[in-house]
Amino acid sequence: MTDTYNTPPEGSPHTGRTQARDFILQATDIKKSFGGVHALKGASMTMRRGEITALIGDNGAGKSTMVRCLSGIHRPDSGTIVLDGKTVTFENPVAAIKQGIETVQQNLALVEDLTVWQNFFLGREKTHGFGPFRTLDRKLMKSTAGDLLKNLAVNVPPVTSRVRRLSGGQRQAVAIARAAGWGSKIVIMDEPTAALGVQETARVEGVINSLRDSGVAVLLISHNFDQVMRLSDHVWVMRAGMAVAERRTAETSGDELVALITGARAA
Amino acid sequence: MTTTEHTRPGPLQTIGAHARQLSFWAENAAPIGLVALVIVFSILSPTFLTLGNIKAMLVAAAILVILAIGQTFVITTGGIDLSISATMTFGAIGFGLAFSNGFGFWLSAIMAVVAALIIGLINGLLIAKGKVTDFIATLGTLSVATGLALIVSDGKPITVFSPELLTLTSGAIGIFGFPIILAAVIAVLAWFFMFRTRFGLHVQAVGGNEESAVANGVSAVKIRMAVYLISAGLAGIAALLLVARVGAAEPAINTQFLLNSIAAVVLGGVSLTGGKAKIVGPVIGALLLTALTNGLTLLGVSQFYQPLAVGLVVVLAALLTRFQKK
Ligand SMILES: Nc1ncnc2c1ncn2[C@@H]1O[C@H](COP(=O)(O)OP(=O)(O)OP(=O)(O)O)[C@@H](O)[C@H]1O
Ligand SMILES: [Mg+2]
Repeated sequence: MTDTYNTPPEGSPHTGRTQARDFILQATDIKKSFGGVHALKGASMTMRRGEITALIGDNGAGKSTMVRCLSGIHRPDSGTIVLDGKTVTFENPVAAIKQGIETVQQNLALVEDLTVWQNFFLGREKTHGFGPFRTLDRKLMKSTAGDLLKNLAVNVPPVTSRVRRLSGGQRQAVAIARAAGWGSKIVIMDEPTAALGVQETARVEGVINSLRDSGVAVLLISHNFDQVMRLSDHVWVMRAGMAVAERRTAETSGDELVALITGARAA
Repeated sequence: MTTTEHTRPGPLQTIGAHARQLSFWAENAAPIGLVALVIVFSILSPTFLTLGNIKAMLVAAAILVILAIGQTFVITTGGIDLSISATMTFGAIGFGLAFSNGFGFWLSAIMAVVAALIIGLINGLLIAKGKVTDFIATLGTLSVATGLALIVSDGKPITVFSPELLTLTSGAIGIFGFPIILAAVIAVLAWFFMFRTRFGLHVQAVGGNEESAVANGVSAVKIRMAVYLISAGLAGIAALLLVARVGAAEPAINTQFLLNSIAAVVLGGVSLTGGKAKIVGPVIGALLLTALTNGLTLLGVSQFYQPLAVGLVVVLAALLTRFQKK
């Protein structure tokens, strides 16, 4: 069983017949261990420009660890990340953000004691004035956060309420609106619709589609096969710390993906 | 698309209102306690509410207010500075030594702050970079600062006579002595930095959820370094007031200031787990503790009972904080 997308890796990721310049991101042979736990055992994956790439796999397969390596939270033990043709290393999350990678972490990365707008702009606050007396531009941040949230949430929480007070879905909306709002190259979403109702899920899917339409490459981690089939252009399958297979979404089926995930079917 | 709206009050809301009331008392423990103390003491002692006594109380409160503000920054990040009063002592000795070696007031004052900042820097490096538990690190520097103060002063108080210090203790605008004016200026600046700047927001974020703050690009290491430096720097400023008040730089241990600085913050409704900042609360907490000590002294209650009273008030406040809004 061979497939055109998954020629054997020779140092470089499984590029198949795709030209390297068509990739916005190539992660090659990423390894990451936590003590004795080998979360990533040399996983390689790619994302193509202007596409929604899905990353699927069972619980504990290493998806979130991969996401955390791509967003600068973890530093891989080894392996390379090529972003837009340049090899990059992310010392910290700011470095990844500066290079144009925004992420909705699986844990949402919100500070519960802070308000919605404070969370929205945490780490990239708008200020006016000079030097040590530069003050937060609270008005601008509140209105911007409110506007961006309106597109997404069905029950828009007031931007001045503390995140602790929000429902699970509202929190998720805040985290997604925050990641989508900055005009980045790549937006990574780790199970963005996990806590959402039907309407909210539809809105988030709308956001994901419009990100793609505006040229942003999206990496979507999801356990929902219908969603993956509906949204993505390309699928990567992870199993036990390795990316074991890739498919064009149009050329695969839910059944095949399940088989790839469980290992019932070899790549 | 609707913004969450208030609904008509039902039975659930009535229960909610009660809980809200309890939380109202918990949130405002410090001002309510202060008013209650003022009422009780002014009934029991005719001198309590005289202008002279109010002025004396405010001057006496200044050191504690400044220390409580420093402690607030640390506690907001979820840490604690047990070395704060030892740092003040070390700063005071730094001032005394510099002054008695002819450095003059201003240079000596800078020495006091620099000496204190050294302790703050050690705290910051240990906790932020070395990942040592705040409790242990500052317990260690408490001992180090106290020991150093004893060593460099040879265990003897250094008498200081400086006209500037005299002005600092005795100068006043109306009933507001210079020490409390200094404390008030520091409080206003602290409020501004905590609630109106990027730095203050990051202090609250690190205390609230360090992992999330870091994921959003906040440097927890820098923030932790900064709060221990702020705490120490303010202890250095408080050292000047201490020397001015005592008339000498003493290598004394000043444990009461440490306990009271933490007590003021707890009374002020700041959670020891971090993330929720308050400036006005701790300031009022410091005023309350000072009024309590002052009132008991006026009533002729033995000095021995004062720590007991302070302890009771703090434990009560700590119990009340359980009812604070989450
Ligand atoms: N910080 C950590 N410390 C220790 N082990 C970790 C850490 N993060 C992840 N792991 C381990 O690495 C493995 C992969 O975890 P990861 O969160 O990447 O899985 P996942 O594919 O995202 O799963 P899920 O679908 O449940 O979110 C798991 O065995 C997990 O226990
Ligand atoms: Mg995960």
